[in-house]
Amino acid sequence: MTTELPTTSEIQIDKPSLNWLPPGLGLQKVDERIMTLNVGPQHPGSGHMRLIVQIDGDYIIACDPDPGYVHRGEEKMAEYRNYILNIPHLERPVIHDSCNVLYPYVLGVEELLGIEVPERAKYVRVIASELNRCIYIMYWLAIYGIFLGHSTMFMWPAGDRELLIDLMEKMTGARVTHAHFVPGGVRNDLPPNFEEVCLRQVNYFEKRIKEYAAVFYDNPILISRTQDTGVLSRQDAIRLGTTGSVLRASGVDYDLRKKEPYDVYDELDIHTNVMKEGDAYARSKIPWLDMMESCNIIRQALQKMPKSGSVRVKLKPNPKGKVFDSVYKRVESGRGSLGYYIVSDAKPEPYRLKMSVPSFRNLIALPYLLKGEKLGNMPSVYWSLNYWPVEADR
Amino acid sequence: MSVIAPKFKLSEFIKSLFDNAFWGLLLMVLVGLPAVFMVLFVIEMPVINGELLTPFLALSWIADPSRTLPIVHAFMATDMFRIMAFPGFGFAALLAAGTIFIERKMLAKLQLRVGPFYCGKFEGILQLMGDGLKLISKEIIIPAKADKPIFWAAPVLFVATAAAFVALIPVAPGWVVADVDLGLLAVFAVIGFFPIITILSAWSANSKYPFIGGIRALFQMVSFEIPLILSLLGVVILTGTLNLSEIAASQSSFPWIIFLPVGAIVFFITMLAELERIPFDLPEAESEIVAGWLTEFSGMMYGLVQLGTYLKLYAFAALFVVLFLAGWHGPMVVPPFPAEILTEGIVMGPITAKIPGLPLFTQEMLNGALWFVLKTVGVIFFILLPRGVFPRVRVDLLLSLGWTKLIGLAFVNIFIALGLLYAGVLGPGGLQ
Repeated sequence: MTTELPTTSEIQIDKPSLNWLPPGLGLQKVDERIMTLNVGPQHPGSGHMRLIVQIDGDYIIACDPDPGYVHRGEEKMAEYRNYILNIPHLERPVIHDSCNVLYPYVLGVEELLGIEVPERAKYVRVIASELNRCIYIMYWLAIYGIFLGHSTMFMWPAGDRELLIDLMEKMTGARVTHAHFVPGGVRNDLPPNFEEVCLRQVNYFEKRIKEYAAVFYDNPILISRTQDTGVLSRQDAIRLGTTGSVLRASGVDYDLRKKEPYDVYDELDIHTNVMKEGDAYARSKIPWLDMMESCNIIRQALQKMPKSGSVRVKLKPNPKGKVFDSVYKRVESGRGSLGYYIVSDAKPEPYRLKMSVPSFRNLIALPYLLKGEKLGNMPSVYWSLNYWPVEADR
Repeated sequence: MSVIAPKFKLSEFIKSLFDNAFWGLLLMVLVGLPAVFMVLFVIEMPVINGELLTPFLALSWIADPSRTLPIVHAFMATDMFRIMAFPGFGFAALLAAGTIFIERKMLAKLQLRVGPFYCGKFEGILQLMGDGLKLISKEIIIPAKADKPIFWAAPVLFVATAAAFVALIPVAPGWVVADVDLGLLAVFAVIGFFPIITILSAWSANSKYPFIGGIRALFQMVSFEIPLILSLLGVVILTGTLNLSEIAASQSSFPWIIFLPVGAIVFFITMLAELERIPFDLPEAESEIVAGWLTEFSGMMYGLVQLGTYLKLYAFAALFVVLFLAGWHGPMVVPPFPAEILTEGIVMGPITAKIPGLPLFTQEMLNGALWFVLKTVGVIFFILLPRGVFPRVRVDLLLSLGWTKLIGLAFVNIFIALGLLYAGVLGPGGLQ
């Protein structure tokens, strides 16, 4: 069997071009038209992270989010502290949403240690977590406003947030980092006269946030800027694993308070806000609608709450779990489903603790959404993902 | 042990005072007095009314109002006074400073805040002074790769161009720095300089964010200049002149905004875009491109650009007043100058002083300036207001607004003006 060797004239040799790059180093050809922008970490529109954005004229051709600037090793820290001492540092990733960040941890530890929670404590937890959700969303909304250049929408939520912060201060003694939820209930009982004050503040708060429609959500410039930008389809939202308001803005009716009710959420009438558009406008409107729903839940919970009773089960000092018992609990936080996977050892400390955070899940969608968008849409699409940099880094 | 605020010691303070006095005396004795004597040796002192003019005599004249007032009158007739003080830089800078104060307080009230509060005891009225001191005392940092001569020149050029714009504005009858016959054309020429300075400073900074901001500013200013110029054609058609003083004088019975509301609206919107104010502040959009073309400016260079921006704001508001709101015209509210002061004199205790040439400003001029300032402040208020209400627009929306809607509306305005002219309702000089 003979094979014909190719003649020299048939062999084609690649000519060395000027754009040739040494292989294996991951270098890319640089187009003259393309400019790489490092948006962050010291940039007014980035948060504690960096977006490496490549732009061609006014269009973004690629975006590479680079989180990790505020990594604090919360999960490793948790392995060296006992179940009670873990409470204050685990709420640090999102101090504005500290009750919700702590909620799944407390639920998980209760299941691991086999603790029954009093009925009144469950209602107090629901009220605290809904108030905290509103506080978080107001902070998020303030930054969303200033990202769009709307300074009034920065100041109004930041000011109205104080109403609920005062309420939380009455309830827990701390303005932001409450450390209120403990395994077995809540730390303190409600102060006297709390129900009336809470009802009054929440009613006024709801009236205030309805006024935001006139200045922000019905604003023609805002609508023209955010509608049909960064559209996340229903399939993509599920495929990329987004949660919370991002998922619900893409038309998926998914709320853990209804799908997997924890504590007393199954006894309350909850309406889930869903929008079909999946654009930045829908993603910015869903949290605002959620705040009104939270006000409804707080009113219901105040009505149904037992007027007296214990709010806390007395624990043994240094409670220990069983050998290699594990639990996964998740709740609907201000940003989406937030889960804790806790493995216990026969020790007072957890063997392993894993946080599954909604911010990181929502950030995954950012490169897909920003591709082909205009540079002016970058802040609105980025912040509409309901993303909190510190939580994503843990 | 802080370096910025060292501990205060009274003894050191007194010592420093003596030190300064010593060096001052030394300089005066060694340099000042010989210089004065040399000058006196060379110059022949004038003899006025049979008296040798000595420094003592000159001081006694200054104290005498009947002698100083003619000097003041003569000074007020000079171009220097007009450029530095009244219709020129001083007046405009004062209004610009007032604008910054009003902007801060108004926005604060709108946003449920207090605004500047502590500086100057009363409602933070000296906050601007504090900011100015801060900007002056800050270090000026120039990027290493910047084109340094152009980068240094850009803020100065910006202020100079804004001042040239201010010089063209007539404030009261006869009170204008540069009374140009082609005044409106000069205004267009000055406006055309701003994008050049912006792109020069953005390019010379040799940095990415200023570059994007400069390109955005160029897009915005150039595309909004066309509707800006077209929207003013209606006024020119009806008045038949380009002289701004004559345009203002032609509105003695009614302002042009009554007949040309479309042009006024188009001019107002393009004015917001030219001034880079919210909702058209894309060249300085902080959440996207840090501070746009101002990113690399620091210290007093930034302060100069801000000064130029507010001078430009005043000039645009004043131009709106001159072209559409009847300039200085308004009901006479200033009382006439009391004539008995001229005939009988002012009684000041035991002395009755008769001061000839006392009304420094005529009643018409005071009234005109008052109405002009009131109208300008009103227009400035409406320029500031969108900042509390609107978010920022996007580049493509901005350009489509400028090229499709505003140019069309400007042509509608021209047709309205032509219709009024040919129907014989209005003509050069007012109602026919």
